[in-house]
Amino acid sequence: MFGRLSWSSIPFDQPIVMGTSATVGLVLLALFLLIIIKGWWGYLWHEWITSVDHKRIGAMYMILGLVMLVRGFSDAIMMRTQLALAAGHAQGYLPPEHYDQIFSAHGTIMIFFVAMPFVIGLMNFALPLQLGVRDVAFPVLNSVSFWLTASGVLLVNLSLFVGEFARTGWLAYPPLSELAYSPGVGVDYYLWSLQLSGLGTLLSGINLATTILKLRAPGMGYSRMPIFCWTALASNMLIVAAFPVLTATFAMLLLDRYCGFHFFTNDLGGNPMMYVSLIWIWGHPEVYILILPAFGVFSEVVATFSGKPLFGYRSMVLATMVICGLSFVVWLHHFFTMGAGADVNAFFGIMTMIIAVPTGVKVFNWMFTLYGGRVRFTVPIYWTLGFIVTFVIGGMTGVLMAIPPADFVLHNSLFLIAHFHNVAIGGVVFGAMAGYTYWFPKAFGFKLNERLGKAVFWCWFIGFYLAFMPLYALGLMGATRRMQHYPDTHWQPLMVVALAGAVVILLGIALTAVQLAVSIRQRHVNRDHSGDPWNARTLEWSIPSPPPAWNFTQLPNVQRTDAYWHAKEEGMSRGALPSSFVDLHLPRNTPVGVFIAFFAVILGFALIWRIYWLAAVGLAGAVAVALVQYWRTDREIRVPAEEVAAFARAHAPPGHDAPSAELGPVVPGGRS
Amino acid sequence: MSAAGQALTGIPGVPLALRGPAPVRVVAGFGFWLFLLSDIIIFAALFATYSVLSGSTAGGPSAAELFDKRHVFLETMCLLASSATCGFGLLAIQRTDARAMYFWMGITFLLGISFLTMEGREFASMIAAGAGPSHSAFLSAFFTLVGTHGLHVSLGLVWLVVMLLQVATLGFQPMVGRRFFCFALFWHALDIVWIGVFTIVYLGAK
Amino acid sequence: MDTQAQAQGDAPGVDPGERHGARSYLIGLAYAVALTVASFWAATTSFVYAPAVPVLLGTLAIAQMGVHVAFFLHISSAPDQANNFLALAFGVFVSALVIFGSMLIMSNLNHNMMPMDELIKMQR
Repeated sequence: MFGRLSWSSIPFDQPIVMGTSATVGLVLLALFLLIIIKGWWGYLWHEWITSVDHKRIGAMYMILGLVMLVRGFSDAIMMRTQLALAAGHAQGYLPPEHYDQIFSAHGTIMIFFVAMPFVIGLMNFALPLQLGVRDVAFPVLNSVSFWLTASGVLLVNLSLFVGEFARTGWLAYPPLSELAYSPGVGVDYYLWSLQLSGLGTLLSGINLATTILKLRAPGMGYSRMPIFCWTALASNMLIVAAFPVLTATFAMLLLDRYCGFHFFTNDLGGNPMMYVSLIWIWGHPEVYILILPAFGVFSEVVATFSGKPLFGYRSMVLATMVICGLSFVVWLHHFFTMGAGADVNAFFGIMTMIIAVPTGVKVFNWMFTLYGGRVRFTVPIYWTLGFIVTFVIGGMTGVLMAIPPADFVLHNSLFLIAHFHNVAIGGVVFGAMAGYTYWFPKAFGFKLNERLGKAVFWCWFIGFYLAFMPLYALGLMGATRRMQHYPDTHWQPLMVVALAGAVVILLGIALTAVQLAVSIRQRHVNRDHSGDPWNARTLEWSIPSPPPAWNFTQLPNVQRTDAYWHAKEEGMSRGALPSSFVDLHLPRNTPVGVFIAFFAVILGFALIWRIYWLAAVGLAGAVAVALVQYWRTDREIRVPAEEVAAFARAHAPPGHDAPSAELGPVVPGGRS
Repeated sequence: MSAAGQALTGIPGVPLALRGPAPVRVVAGFGFWLFLLSDIIIFAALFATYSVLSGSTAGGPSAAELFDKRHVFLETMCLLASSATCGFGLLAIQRTDARAMYFWMGITFLLGISFLTMEGREFASMIAAGAGPSHSAFLSAFFTLVGTHGLHVSLGLVWLVVMLLQVATLGFQPMVGRRFFCFALFWHALDIVWIGVFTIVYLGAK
Repeated sequence: MDTQAQAQGDAPGVDPGERHGARSYLIGLAYAVALTVASFWAATTSFVYAPAVPVLLGTLAIAQMGVHVAFFLHISSAPDQANNFLALAFGVFVSALVIFGSMLIMSNLNHNMMPMDELIKMQR
């Protein structure tokens, strides 16, 4: 009746897990009660949960990423603590079965539920604003995508409380991930939560790529788009091309586990290396999906705070598209040591070294943009400078490992761990933080506290180097990844330094929360009245902060790159109102996304525990919701011309003390 | 749409990329086209796996022993014909000719059902003869590749029924027309995938 | 938004010259049937040099896919089809990489990692 689910699925005998689950449960309950008591539920439901507005959805992605950063980082602190203790004969405090789940969860959460939401959230928020349009191509699909990602998050977090997580690492290689060697539900939790969120990501990729290619303001040809839009285009094209491979590969592993197929098993002809090859065909483009939008953020930040146009627009575009194409021909460098011949290894090694060249072009362009400019040392510039130094080091260690003979020594050592954290933290995290700080005033109408922002930066920067430079040394000394304890006590001092670094980063994460709280309290002091707090260059800064639901009163007519900057230079007043206002039609909010995700969680949970009748219920529910949506004809709300006019007049002259509410004016009919 | 934007579209010779946001029909069609391409990449991964594992028969039956080319030829003709009839149905929708639409889409549905029935019988006979998907890597790959295509055909037929119901209940609204459009794209793409299937799996069987 | 006179690119499947619409499908069907029959013949005949048969089958399959794309999906190199064409090209590029890349790599791996008993069998 309940498949494999029973009371013994709850790990009552593991105090750490039970303590964590109890704490999380209590916090969630408290939050829920707070919302109910304060009467916020209506507002949350109508303005956020059912929202199809890209600005709201983008903000929700960022919140999701920040919350999961705490979860993924707690795994990291546990690992660092274990390794600082478990030298020589000491066994630390985490037994191997538990440690294996922790490093698997850490990687899975950080890549899929922290980095991807950050990147997709930033793109969601900024793209329509930079393109000069009102929303993305498919707003309802946007909501579905977000909620499917959230359902994946929910399933992964459920695995802590009910059952177990995978012990296979974040990519779940067979044959370890096959039923014979992982008979529990851990790998199933991993697979189903990633299939659900992967579907959401794929739909996002389609949505945003269509937006960039088909929905731009009049006059905005491709060469007049901001660079962030180009990097977003490349990233979304990679999503559309690579995520299907992940879906197919996981589907095959699921067929092996559920239906006794033999794709990747050890017996009856299965070939585990096929999984390794396919998963890295996805895996390598995935890292470019994450880094390209971060590159885009840095391009915008560098140009804005140098007061100069970005150096080498066309070479930046070319470099971006070359990286996009080349990212599909390097994947074997993730498994140089797994049996390919020297000729195949040499090809992929050379291609990997070649892909560093366009990245180098980008770094030079950023530096040339800074050179000769009047650089303002704001928090986003701090992140950018930190990125340039850190990412270049990480990139160089990557090129080092691109040489197959070197990789034979360093594969799966702590050197590899240090390399990818170097580029992931130095690139993706720093980029996400820069984008968060840069666009926060646009989203919420007030700036974040500068001093605390700089403190957060220094904690991450110093913490990163303390945490990962020792790992480079340890890797060269022979330390491998995913080890629960180690025999050589000479490694322990370096492990302790690494733990210290992790603690400094923890301080940085805590300060991020403090910064947000302080900034909200100080919002009246840091209010952005003009909509352009940074004296920036692109279209999103030409509208009020926060923007109205319709973004632009009138779609701008774009004549050149950095259109807004040139409009300012030529003295065009932002206060110039159009001669007449028209009614606007905006997509209506809908609970379709959250309802489909609800049934998706039921489907996923039921499949994990092999409760097939419940899975059928989940599937039927999701299909029913989709069918109801399919028949809806009342999909738009009309914003009357008078309302558009009133808002435009209230925000017209720059510097005018616009009496805006904190999160935007409330519009009757469900949108704000 | 701003006055400035309208001025731009009125000017002949303005490049497509500068005309502002595209109409809904174009946006929906392109988005669906991207979705289809992602679907084709799923099939590419399954084709790759089939090609790699097609020799791993684990001592069991091989492709050449199992497949009947005449049967496959009939299936192919059914699907190909259904692609053409789907096209005629789409033309009927664009003319808002309900009777012609029901006729051609009905034939499309019947041809699709014939295809699925033949394929289902082939699968059933293979499983009954002890050549089911859990018997070797080659068989797992075969059933998954051809089965996934069959699953797409089945879902397409369900979608077709839903679309016919939409026309019956909502009439020839632009929204319904756009969706039928997307359905036709989907149906044609499935036939393109089938070309790959019959060539690589059935005709390429050793 | 449907009031714009000329579309910003047309979706695949829309044939601007719709009065020829049915003709396009009929011509496409004729070509496709011919190519299908040719494929099945090529696979079963002894008329063609045996090692060349896979190449011939591949060519016929690609030709038929092209017929579908041109006559049923109406994708061309016309300016309003540019996005559709480029997207298709990217999809084909990635599919080819996935299929041929996987086949090359896996055969390379299988060859280099051959178990000892199979190696010995090969020597005999």
